[in-house]
Amino acid sequence: MSPNQPGGPGAPGAPTRGAGPGEAQDISQPGAPRAGWVERALREHDEHHEQVPDREQQVLDRIARARRRRPRVREERITMSHGAGGKATATLIEAIFLDAFRNPLLEPLEDAASLTIGGTRIALTTDSYVVSPLFFPGGDIGELAINGTVNDLAVSGATPLYLSAGFILEEGFPVADLTRIAESMRAAAAAAGISVVTGDTKVVQRGKADGCYINTAGVGLLDRDVALGVANAQPGDAIVISGPIGDHGVTIMLARGELDIEADIQSDTAPLNGLVAGLLDAVPGVRAMRDATRGGVATILNEIAKSADVGVLVNEDDIPVRPAVRGAAELLGIDPMYVACEGRLVAVVAGDQADQALAALRTHPLGTQASIIGHVTDGPPGIVHLNTAFGGTRIVDLLVGDPLPRIC
Amino acid sequence: MKFVDEFRDADKAHALAAKIAALCEPGRQYKLMEVCGGHTHTIYKHGLEDYLPESITLVHGPGCPVCVIPMGRVDDAMALASGPDVIMTSFGDMMRVPGSTGSFFDAKAAGTDIRMVYSPLDSLKIARNNPDKRVVFMAIGFETTAPSTAMTIMRAAAENLPNFSVFCNHVTIIPAIKAILDSPDLRLDGFIGPGHVSTVIGCRPYEFIARDYGKPVVTAGFEPLDILQSIYMLMLQLSEGRSEVENQYSRVVPWDGNVTALKVIGETMELRPYFEWRGLGFISHSALKVREKYARFDAELLFDVPGVRVADPKACQCGEVLKGVLKPWECKVFGTACTPETPIGTCMVSPEGACAAYYNFGRMNRRRVKEAVTIEVGRP
Repeated sequence: MSPNQPGGPGAPGAPTRGAGPGEAQDISQPGAPRAGWVERALREHDEHHEQVPDREQQVLDRIARARRRRPRVREERITMSHGAGGKATATLIEAIFLDAFRNPLLEPLEDAASLTIGGTRIALTTDSYVVSPLFFPGGDIGELAINGTVNDLAVSGATPLYLSAGFILEEGFPVADLTRIAESMRAAAAAAGISVVTGDTKVVQRGKADGCYINTAGVGLLDRDVALGVANAQPGDAIVISGPIGDHGVTIMLARGELDIEADIQSDTAPLNGLVAGLLDAVPGVRAMRDATRGGVATILNEIAKSADVGVLVNEDDIPVRPAVRGAAELLGIDPMYVACEGRLVAVVAGDQADQALAALRTHPLGTQASIIGHVTDGPPGIVHLNTAFGGTRIVDLLVGDPLPRIC
Repeated sequence: MKFVDEFRDADKAHALAAKIAALCEPGRQYKLMEVCGGHTHTIYKHGLEDYLPESITLVHGPGCPVCVIPMGRVDDAMALASGPDVIMTSFGDMMRVPGSTGSFFDAKAAGTDIRMVYSPLDSLKIARNNPDKRVVFMAIGFETTAPSTAMTIMRAAAENLPNFSVFCNHVTIIPAIKAILDSPDLRLDGFIGPGHVSTVIGCRPYEFIARDYGKPVVTAGFEPLDILQSIYMLMLQLSEGRSEVENQYSRVVPWDGNVTALKVIGETMELRPYFEWRGLGFISHSALKVREKYARFDAELLFDVPGVRVADPKACQCGEVLKGVLKPWECKVFGTACTPETPIGTCMVSPEGACAAYYNFGRMNRRRVKEAVTIEVGRP
């Protein structure tokens, strides 16, 4: 195909389509007048047919520019999308919180901030837990509240040490449930080797909260000589995942009981500090780690591509997903790549140390199914490409809103 | 995974792609329309276009339930939802569709009681549990979803539920296909027939396309190999000069459809004289309303529905995209003013919408990506 059709009237770049006054004309009613712009559009389409690759590229470039614009919250009110971990969440954080609190320690937007106090490097993080139901197969909100914050510290390269715990309780909440949650937090803290050293309790009127919300904050010691961050990713780096994805999110969806689907799946909630320590001990070339919580693996891959201004290419065949998770996701029309995990990490590792990283992860019980899922490329910056199991190619974008089940 | 992996086998796909390429006449361009939005989604999600020669163009059709809902109907639904003591229930796909004052999601955030359901039967449950509220189900979709709405109405009647009704927006596929065939905007060579709709209506209703318009139709399943095989079957017909209706999806689609499902639709619903389709205008006998016998479940009779026709936003070219005249990226506002986060047109909302599928999965220069892949660092 010749890139430029000889003598094409109007040449490239001049497709001004006059939107005539009869824009909303009905063209299907017999005898209804048809607006001339449809013919014009058609003619232009034919004229430019030979130049399609170029014109499409122009549109793609324009979109890429539009996506680099400063994010702005257009909604007048907070919707559920703002909490789903996808595009709306990112926009909210950048346009409102980063704008208000801007400082060099916050700006990298990593899972934990790296601080130096009196010559000691520490990591600080916080996270709130509002999961419903509070108790689910494989865990509960208490265990999640400990592991989630431990993991945010661990993937930042820190040794987690101390946590705070804040409770917002609804009037009428059973004390037996609270006891159960506290016991589960104690066990999780012991397993992760950390202590809960301070806390807070508030009770709100019935109907003002959903039983029990927990916030935990944590500090850890950055005692290794590594500076991790997704902005460090370089073309040629390998992307490694520590195990099968989507277990937690699908478990929660099913545990809500709205779907009438039963599956033998449980949450993957687990403390990752042991796994991380093993990886960092064995592999000096770890550039970044993230735990794949809200927004799933797809969100992390996009964060890597955007922060480091690189391309990312992953292979669908290499991404481990349990059959039960895959089955439920297929039924619901949801992509496991966007489903939350609570005990999985994604690591960016120097390409020549990928095998070492894989071996290190696989020696730990939480990493037996670790897999190299792809590479950082110098391909179109900021974009994640996926080689599908079917043998095609597509992009993997940030999620828009909550993953909505499809109609048919 | 059984029943999935065998329909995504890359080796079989390569073999089919070679057979398809061999059927292409040199110098001839082929335009095949996949009618159903589910097919559009599959094509982009699996990167199926990578298997097709450049002379075959897939044109995305109007079979996306959310995409064809005109703005006025969304506004009507919004007016219904904001009525006193109303709980509006809707499929998830519908939640982001923009009306002239925002979407269901926006209304929900502002305090309107709108709930997402997975099945219309869930709406019945909500009605039973909230006897002091009036529960309305926003029914959308083609013949695929109409039977479940019909069953729900019949169950509500059997239970004598006084506080449940349906805002019926069901549409039928054949008049839409006919409108496209009659529109001189587009020259198509054949149709990848809708799979889910055909499980209900069967393949017989497409016979006029082959007979009167001389275009081959192959009813297709929703896995990528289903679609690739359907394209092969269409190309075979074209190369042999045939135009017939064939059924690739015979493991699910009976030739005469699902008689029981058709019966319950007929029991509870009847054709409207005309209905407005987004971007396509009014099409006669193209939609369903609740039958008089079940009038007590018809939200349009129970509530004051404004019924105002709202023109689509000027910049929006959903109509041209739905008819396949424009590719998604050829729309003036595609990807800049109109994105999945802030959709102007419906095609950018549903995962089955052509614009959303292209934006989310296909927003790339395939040739360049393929080049980049070949120079990619060798995998260990």
